[in-house]
Amino acid sequence: MTPMAEVPLWAAIPIAALLLIGAGLTFIGSVGLMRLSSFYDRIHAPTLGSSWGTAGIVMASMGYFSVLQGRPVLHEFLLGVFVTVTTPVTLTLLARAAVFRDRTEGNPDVPAREPLPPAAGAAPADGEPS
Amino acid sequence: MSATILATALAIAQLALVLAMAMAVVRMLRGPRAQDRVLALDALYLNCMLLLVTLGIRTGSVFFFEASLIIAMLGFVATVALAKFLMRGEVIE
Repeated sequence: MTPMAEVPLWAAIPIAALLLIGAGLTFIGSVGLMRLSSFYDRIHAPTLGSSWGTAGIVMASMGYFSVLQGRPVLHEFLLGVFVTVTTPVTLTLLARAAVFRDRTEGNPDVPAREPLPPAAGAAPADGEPS
Repeated sequence: MSATILATALAIAQLALVLAMAMAVVRMLRGPRAQDRVLALDALYLNCMLLLVTLGIRTGSVFFFEASLIIAMLGFVATVALAKFLMRGEVIE
């Protein structure tokens, strides 16, 4: 616990606040992941942790090490950028996969596939499991 | 004074992150379908990564940052591969 005592009070309060905001938002996102009722509701909940949860904890870490070492320590920024870029990609792919599976099973909760315009040529092959 | 504030905030934050991981595990074990389990795995590795960053703040060492970066990269690849598997039945066609 020795390095923590070297952080001045004006820096410790915002660092602690950012940590609590980030961890609290991640916690709320996981509560939503556990409690919400359908998959398409649940897929929104963890993004709370991957947007502001990650941002808060990463900013707290950047501030802490910058104050401790007396120079700007910005490499945690890479982590925030990486998570922000990859989360929409993974969740879009996962949601498309879930929609595909539900449509293949004829689940009535999911809207049916829209017919393609006839100008597209041959009749569109409706999604079959490969 | 500042050490007390930081230690308290770190303890609360780590407790919240561990509880978040536990809830993701509950969803992963209970999830009715495969996509719920993949989503819970995604949330689980993200929470684990954030827990490693807070552990780095607690110990004052920058080496945890590299571990969390590796977790983020491997988790991204794993979730994309699992989503592809759910859609197609195989990962590489």
